[in-house]
Amino acid sequence: MAGGGAVRGIRDRIKTISSAAKVTRAMELVAASKMRRAQDRAVQARPYAVTMRAVLAQLAAYTAGGGDASGLHPLLQSRDAKHVSYVHITSDRGLAGGLNANMNRAAAALILEHQPRVERVSVISAGRKGRDFFRRSGMEMLADFPELGDFPNFEDVRPIARLIIDEFVSGRVDQVFIGYQRFVNAAVQRPTTRQLLPIVAPSDAELGAAGASNIDFIFEPSPEELLATLLPRFVEMQVYEAVLEARASEQSARMVAMRQATDAAKEMVGDLTLQYNKARQDSITGELLDIVGGTAAIENK
Amino acid sequence: MPLNLTIVTAQRTILEEAGVTKLVVPAAEGQITILPSHAALMSSLGIGEMVVFTAAGAESIAILGGFITVANDQVSVLADAAERIEQIDVERAEAARARAQSRLEGRGEPPIQGGLDVLRAQFALRRSLTRIRVARRRAGGATGVPASR
Repeated sequence: MAGGGAVRGIRDRIKTISSAAKVTRAMELVAASKMRRAQDRAVQARPYAVTMRAVLAQLAAYTAGGGDASGLHPLLQSRDAKHVSYVHITSDRGLAGGLNANMNRAAAALILEHQPRVERVSVISAGRKGRDFFRRSGMEMLADFPELGDFPNFEDVRPIARLIIDEFVSGRVDQVFIGYQRFVNAAVQRPTTRQLLPIVAPSDAELGAAGASNIDFIFEPSPEELLATLLPRFVEMQVYEAVLEARASEQSARMVAMRQATDAAKEMVGDLTLQYNKARQDSITGELLDIVGGTAAIENK
Repeated sequence: MPLNLTIVTAQRTILEEAGVTKLVVPAAEGQITILPSHAALMSSLGIGEMVVFTAAGAESIAILGGFITVANDQVSVLADAAERIEQIDVERAEAARARAQSRLEGRGEPPIQGGLDVLRAQFALRRSLTRIRVARRRAGGATGVPASR
């Protein structure tokens, strides 16, 4: 009978969607637990970053002195930007809603803004989603750091900082930016881009109470030498910070995306169940009518 | 007023201690002792043992490079790496020591090529020796001012 086929079709769809909902629900739970861990790591890295910014601000205030740019540490010297490089941090895997698409869009905007003014723009990618995006659009790729994992260590991230410092100090690259999804809270991630090199030393003003440049420090060795060891660390720390934020963002975006997928699937199952019951009832009514009609026909003979 | 000490690495906070009465630090220019009301200081750190004295006793911590700032009895250590006694993997440190030593004696694989490799092996040796020395405090319990680095 025609009604029976429709009933079976709807039942099969309900089954498919329910099992999809089970998968997305599981992924939501995994992402939630990974998000907590990623967030925890980002929080634990914060005291180092805060202290380092404060130390750097104090040192920079001491060494900036004369205002003569040539005496500055190489990592602080800005020059005419001919070659701009951009470090693009995205996730390796998808199913995270609009996270990577938004990041790619923000990165493209940054690059389009610089491209008319410089001779060369290149991309350093950390994350498959961003790499694929820029490969497809034919951008020059300077380097790729894939598969940093969900919980990268400081040591995992250091090669990225090493590379850009080398490129910058050797004069092959004149300016370096970094872009990542900043973790605002579990529901909000914000694409953020900032300049890595030349280093813009944080000033006391932006640090607020943390700064204390009016203190008369003893330096061992000289402030210049201290700065020379501190600055590469500062770059490493900023890259590490960006990667940790990006990972926390990735997990939270995935968690939200998977929750929405689960909710949507549940709603569909609800609608389909209604349809299923209706179709089933229709087919039963149809059968009953057939039987009743058949009996009546016999009795009337 | 005792010193307020925090030791942080890029990955985590290693120690936060408010009641520090004395601090022996492996500064890059040599070992220094910091007492309350110390003058404001900014220094880079070498590889060595740091000893934190409190009313409860002394604790040794392996410091593997970094920075220290002292200002208004607030001591901040930005360590490249730092490990408390219970965090030290002695077996790993012993293995690293053996590896570095054999490399420096010209037996290691791959062989040392040039000064940078020598420097690397020397640093690896110092790091492992520091870890081993600090870890030994666990067994002995006696923590004093560390011997020369």
